[in-house]
Amino acid sequence: MVTTTSPVKAESRDLNFYYNGGHKALKGITMPLYEKRITALIGPSGCGKSTFLRCFNRMHDLYPGNKYDGQIVMHPDNTNILDNGVDPIEVRMRISMVFQKPNPFPKSIYENVAYGLRVRGERSKRVVDDKVEEALKGAALWDEVKNRLHDLAFNLSGGQQQRLCIARALATDPEIMLFDEPTSALDPIATANIEELMSELRNKLTILVVTHNMQQAARVSDYTAYMYLGELIEYDDTDRIFTNPSRKETEDYITGKFG
Amino acid sequence: MVSQVLQKPAELPISARLAKNVRRHILERVIEFILMLAALSAVATTISIVVILLYESYTFFEHVSLFDFLTDTEWTPLFENAHYGILPLVSGTLTTSAIALAVAIPLGTIGAIYLSEFASHRTREIVKPILELLVGVPTVVFGYFALLFVTPLLQKIFPELPGFNMLGPGIVMGIMIIPYISSMAEDAMRAVPMSMREGSYAMGATRFQTAIRVVTPAAISGIIAAYILGISRAVGETMVVALAAGQQPNLTFNPMESAATITAYIVQVAMGDLPHGSIGYQSIFAAGLVLMLMTLTFNIIGHLTRKRFREVY
Amino acid sequence: MTTQASVLENLAEVRAMIRKHKRNDFIFSIVGLLALMIGLLTLLTLFIDLVIDGYPRFNLDFLTNYPSRRAASAGLLSAWVGSLLVMLVTFFSAVPMGVAAGVYLEEYAPKNWFSDLIEINVTNLAGVPSIVYGLLALGLFVYGLNLGESILTAGLTLGLLILPIVIVTTRESIRGIPVSIREAAYAVGATKWQVVFHHVLHYSSGGILTGIIIGMARALGETAPIITIGALTFIAFLPPSPVSDVAPFINFEWLESGFTVLPIQMFNWLSRPDHAFHINAAATGALIIVVTLLMNGTAIWLRYRIRKNIKW
Repeated sequence: MVTTTSPVKAESRDLNFYYNGGHKALKGITMPLYEKRITALIGPSGCGKSTFLRCFNRMHDLYPGNKYDGQIVMHPDNTNILDNGVDPIEVRMRISMVFQKPNPFPKSIYENVAYGLRVRGERSKRVVDDKVEEALKGAALWDEVKNRLHDLAFNLSGGQQQRLCIARALATDPEIMLFDEPTSALDPIATANIEELMSELRNKLTILVVTHNMQQAARVSDYTAYMYLGELIEYDDTDRIFTNPSRKETEDYITGKFG
Repeated sequence: MVSQVLQKPAELPISARLAKNVRRHILERVIEFILMLAALSAVATTISIVVILLYESYTFFEHVSLFDFLTDTEWTPLFENAHYGILPLVSGTLTTSAIALAVAIPLGTIGAIYLSEFASHRTREIVKPILELLVGVPTVVFGYFALLFVTPLLQKIFPELPGFNMLGPGIVMGIMIIPYISSMAEDAMRAVPMSMREGSYAMGATRFQTAIRVVTPAAISGIIAAYILGISRAVGETMVVALAAGQQPNLTFNPMESAATITAYIVQVAMGDLPHGSIGYQSIFAAGLVLMLMTLTFNIIGHLTRKRFREVY
Repeated sequence: MTTQASVLENLAEVRAMIRKHKRNDFIFSIVGLLALMIGLLTLLTLFIDLVIDGYPRFNLDFLTNYPSRRAASAGLLSAWVGSLLVMLVTFFSAVPMGVAAGVYLEEYAPKNWFSDLIEINVTNLAGVPSIVYGLLALGLFVYGLNLGESILTAGLTLGLLILPIVIVTTRESIRGIPVSIREAAYAVGATKWQVVFHHVLHYSSGGILTGIIIGMARALGETAPIITIGALTFIAFLPPSPVSDVAPFINFEWLESGFTVLPIQMFNWLSRPDHAFHINAAATGALIIVVTLLMNGTAIWLRYRIRKNIKW
């Protein structure tokens, strides 16, 4: 049903997820992410789309009592990143994330972008300088901040802070980038900037984005998945989902009958 | 039409129960006034402290020049040939406090980082109350510990260490302040929003990297406030030093020597039988004024840093 | 551009690096635990040391004898009676004043420079070294008001000392009570004082109690301010009894009496060169620790229970 020439970068296989206390938030999700494509997750709030996204970098491991059941397999190495033997830190070094609200560290702009490199133990100033510049250019922020790299990141505007967080995530050359409702805290102009940026990043890496905004999914993504109550209802080419969905529930949601 | 309808009830006798109760009204005001007086007692206490310290110090400084007080290197107000230089007492106070901080700051900070970022929820639930319990242990007991446990122990390592010295009580004060610093620094680190930690973990950072590179810098002003309030406690601490550091004013920063602190001097004079109004009696108020100024400075800086830190989130 | 080969090669590097970082994690988790344990183990060592040293004096005679020149027959009678009476004065001065001040600041005071002033004041008072309270008492109570070196002076001094603790906990407990409760009481026609007395104070009494217990425990262990007012250390008599068998059954002569308290008795024995008295000091220290830990433990437990049970 999906038309593509791109190889699969990662796929979830029959993934269930239980929060601490036993609430089953994901029910048997099977879905691919294609390499260098943007996949969007849509659905009403509480449908499990953010929960699903946060499985990809094992964010749920930070809180005790959460449980995965099933697989997320990454290619080309065929690693099941949910396996107990796989270190979540390794997963997070390969898959980076941009959060709902910009969350820069209380450091300078430069140090925020360099953080991932520092965490990896990179000491060469030349390498860090180059990477920081490359990442800031990649996040379309370089021209605005190149003269004040050592200012505190908190002094940037909300939209700039979110682009800084994207630069931070880019600096370590991740294979996949997760966006958790990246524009929900931003104004329309900043939102447009971020969306444009995502389209550019599409040439470099694989993107999974959660959005509460259907127009955004339609604008930026190649594939769209519609989730409801922890289940994957429909997954298809974005064009088809928004013009000719095969499931009645999907149609009801995108036409605004509920949600 | 409308006004007629509205006026009609006003001509009727008002129910006595709904009338403004004058007695009750007055009673309410009296209660409020009494409560206000109670609240003012806090202000009155501060004013009394300041007035008494200043008044007695004023008469002290009629006999002793401020210049001598600040520059003379001897403090012997009770001797025939009296000297009134506060420096020896200040050096004793600063040396014992510095030793205490050298112990308490590293251990307290590491403990706080562990408790906030590494310990399980369960461990934290158990350790936090124990820290609070430790803060409440009376200091005279720590004095016993310094004099009869730590100093003899240290004498086994340094045989030439005198029975009264600044090292032993300094270390004990440090141990005494650890729970205080740990508890306050941990509060500051807990206040760092989870989203910041998530940002770090999402970059592949370990717990240690997150704690050192993100959480600690984010909570730094709260942690520094904990240090400063800890310093203020060490400077004002009395019983440990009065018991174990000796009573002899001694202008030295050598922890292996015995030296009186400001607080130890006040205790020493108060234990004796000095007549009210004598210069010796006034000298403890002058010493107390210096102590008060030192701790007040630290407290104000500490509260200002903590306030600034609270405004960030 | 990540090719298949480079991804796999990177992965091996990444894994080696993570192992190194994890070792730091492990080392720190041990160092941290040790640092934390030093504080806890020290108290344990201290307590065991005190109990072992003071063990020979753990008997009833120690509690019923007056101090003496002979260490073996010296006891704590005048000290614990003195502590009890001083605490009585402290309780009746600090609690009404502190609770009233807390209620005023939280319920009545207009939010302006005046309440800010009182607030800054209370915070600063909490940081004043206890010996400075001793100097205040020496100048104000002993000589200014001519109360002498009496139980009344000591009780009032400690009352002032713990006042900030009582005020702060009262305010915190009151702040936890939602506006809706107050509105419910106003809605049935209660006056402000009735709302405060019947509802606000009533529901926050548990929290206020924890503050009072912590304050009293602090007062029990305080030594410096009481030494400063010139309390005698050798007291071989008891103050007049507060209760008598003839009308009016209560008398207040004890307030003017000389006295000693537990920590002072300990300090006194500790500052003697004769080791036999150090045994007495250890036994006294053990007693003080047990009582203050019990009091603070009760308070912490109480606070924990209140937090757990009440969900507004």
